[in-house]
Amino acid sequence: MNNKLKNKLYDKSFYVVGLFATLFGLIVLLTLLIDITIDGFSRLGWQFLTNYPSRKPEAAGVLSAWVGTVWVAALTVVVAFPLGVSAATYLEEYSKKNWLREFIEINISNLSAVPSIIYGLLGLQLFVRGLNMDRSVIAGAMTLAILVLPLIIISTREAIRAIPTTIREASYALGATKWQTIRNQILPAAMPTILTGTILAISRAIGEASPLITIGALTYVAFLPTSPISLEFPYISLKGFFDPFSVLPIQIFNWVSRPQKGFWIDAAAGIMVLLIIVFFMNGIATYLRYRYEKRIRW
Amino acid sequence: MHRNLQKIKEKAIEKALFLSAFFSVFITLGIVGVLIFETFEFFKEVSVFDFLTDTQWTPLFAEKHFGIMTLFAGTLLTTVIAMSVSLPVGLISAIYLSEYASKKIRIAIKPALEILAAVPTVVYGYFALLFVTPLLQKVIPELSGFNSLSSGIVMGIMIIPIISSLSEDALHSVPMSLREGSMALGSTKFQTSIKVILPAALSGVAASFILGISRAIGETMIVAIAAGQQPRLTLNPLVPVETITAYIVQVSLGDTPAGTLEYKTIFAAGMSLFVVTFGLNMVSYFLKKRFREVYE
Repeated sequence: MNNKLKNKLYDKSFYVVGLFATLFGLIVLLTLLIDITIDGFSRLGWQFLTNYPSRKPEAAGVLSAWVGTVWVAALTVVVAFPLGVSAATYLEEYSKKNWLREFIEINISNLSAVPSIIYGLLGLQLFVRGLNMDRSVIAGAMTLAILVLPLIIISTREAIRAIPTTIREASYALGATKWQTIRNQILPAAMPTILTGTILAISRAIGEASPLITIGALTYVAFLPTSPISLEFPYISLKGFFDPFSVLPIQIFNWVSRPQKGFWIDAAAGIMVLLIIVFFMNGIATYLRYRYEKRIRW
Repeated sequence: MHRNLQKIKEKAIEKALFLSAFFSVFITLGIVGVLIFETFEFFKEVSVFDFLTDTQWTPLFAEKHFGIMTLFAGTLLTTVIAMSVSLPVGLISAIYLSEYASKKIRIAIKPALEILAAVPTVVYGYFALLFVTPLLQKVIPELSGFNSLSSGIVMGIMIIPIISSLSEDALHSVPMSLREGSMALGSTKFQTSIKVILPAALSGVAASFILGISRAIGETMIVAIAAGQQPRLTLNPLVPVETITAYIVQVSLGDTPAGTLEYKTIFAAGMSLFVVTFGLNMVSYFLKKRFREVYE
C-alpha cells in the first residue's frame, strides 16, 4: 500500500517537475531579454543605427556592423543556396543506396557538428591566405557559406523527401524526363520548406562571430564596403566584395570585452538589433512552414 | 537528334549535381588538410611530448610553454559544468514532452524551444558575464569576474534544446506496444518512462548527450567573453580559465603574422579540438543509426 502511494506520488509530481524543466530554458530566455532591454534600451535609436563605432560610448553606433552583416549574409546565400540545393537534390533523387552515398551522408552529418571556429581556421588558410582574398567581405561570406552548407543540405533533403512518389510518377507518365520532373514538379513543391531551412541557416550565419574573428574580420570599422550600385558608369561595382568589414556579433563582442561600463550599454543595444534581425528571420521561417503545412494536403 | 541532346543534357546535369554533393567531402578534406599541415609545421618546433605533458601554456610570453593539457582543463571544466545543467534538465524535459505532455502543449512549446537555440552565442556570453556572474557573486563572494562556473551554466542552458529535442525524438519513436505492455502490468506512467521507454531509447538518448558534449567543447563566444583568458591547470570553477576555443579567439584578435610559431599554435589547438569533436560526432552518428535500425 505504501509502495503504491509512493509510485503515485512520483507519477503526479513528474507532471510538475517535467513542466518546470521544459519551461526552465524559456524562463531564462525571458530573463535574458528583460535584462538586455533594461541595459540597452536607452541607447537604441536612429543615431545608434546611423553612427560608426566611436571612442566615446555615447556617440558609438552599429552602422558599419549592420551593413557588414547584410553584405555578408546576402553573399552567403548566393553561394550556399544553389550549392546546397543541388547537393540535396542529387542525394535524394539520383544517388543509389551504396557506400558512396553513405560516405557523403556521414560526412555531411559530421560537418554539421564541427565547431564553427574550425571553419574559421579553414577560411583563414584557404580564402584569406591561399586565395589572397584578405580579410574581405567575400572571404567572410565564403567561410560562412561553407559553415551553413550542411544545414541547407540536410533541411532541403527533408523537404524533397516529403514530396510523395505519386507526383514523380504522374510527371514521368506524361513523358517528362528526370530533370524536367525535378525542375518543374519536385523543387517548386518543396520550395517553401527549402526556403524555411535556408532562412534558418542564414539566421545562424548572422549570429556567428567566432569564424569571422578567426579569419581576422576587423573589430573597429569606420567605413562601409563600396556600394554595389553607383550613379556613374558602369553602375554596378563589385569592389565592395574585397573591402574589409565587421559584423554585428563582432561589434558586440568588442564592446562587451571593454572595461568601461558605457560600452556595455552599447553592447546591449547592439544585441537588441541583432536579436530583432534573428527573431524576425525565424518568424518568417516559422510562418512559411506553418502556412504551407496547412495548405498542402497530398 | 533532339532526344539525344536531351539525354546528354540529363547526364550533364546529373554529373553537376553529383559534384555539388561531393563538394562536402572536399570541405572535410580541406579542414583536415589545413589542420594537419600547420600542426605538422608546429611540431617541427615543439615536441609532441612537451605538447601533451607540459603543464603550462604560455606561447605568447617570452618563456614559452606549450602544454595543451592546460587548455583542455579549461575546456573540460566548462563542458562538465554545462553538461551537469543540460543533461538532467534536457532529459527530464524530453521525457515530459514525449510521455506526459498533451499534444497541445507539445505543439506550443516546440517552436519556443527553437527560439532558445536561435539566440546567437555572443548574446549568451553577455548574459553570462554581466548578469549571471554578478548574480552568483552575491551567493559566492569569492567568485572572480571571469570564471568557468557562470559560462558553464549559461552554456548548459544553451544546450538544453539540443538534448531535449533529440532525446524526445528518440523516446517518441519507441513503439506503443512497449508502453501498453508495461501499463497492462500495472506500472505507472513514471515507472514505464524510466524503466521501459528510457532503456529502450537509450542509444538515441546517448547520441543526443554526446552531441551536446561535442557542442560544449566547441563553443567559443560564451567562454571567450565570460571565462577569462588565463590558461591555468585547475578544476576550480571560481577562477578565470582559458579554453581551446577562447585561445584561438585571443590569438586571432591580435595581429599575428602567418608563419610565426604563435600563428601555428592556433592550428595545433584547432587540430586537438577537431580530433575530439570529430570522434564524439562519429560515436553519436553510429549510436543514432543503430537506434534507427532497431525501431524504424
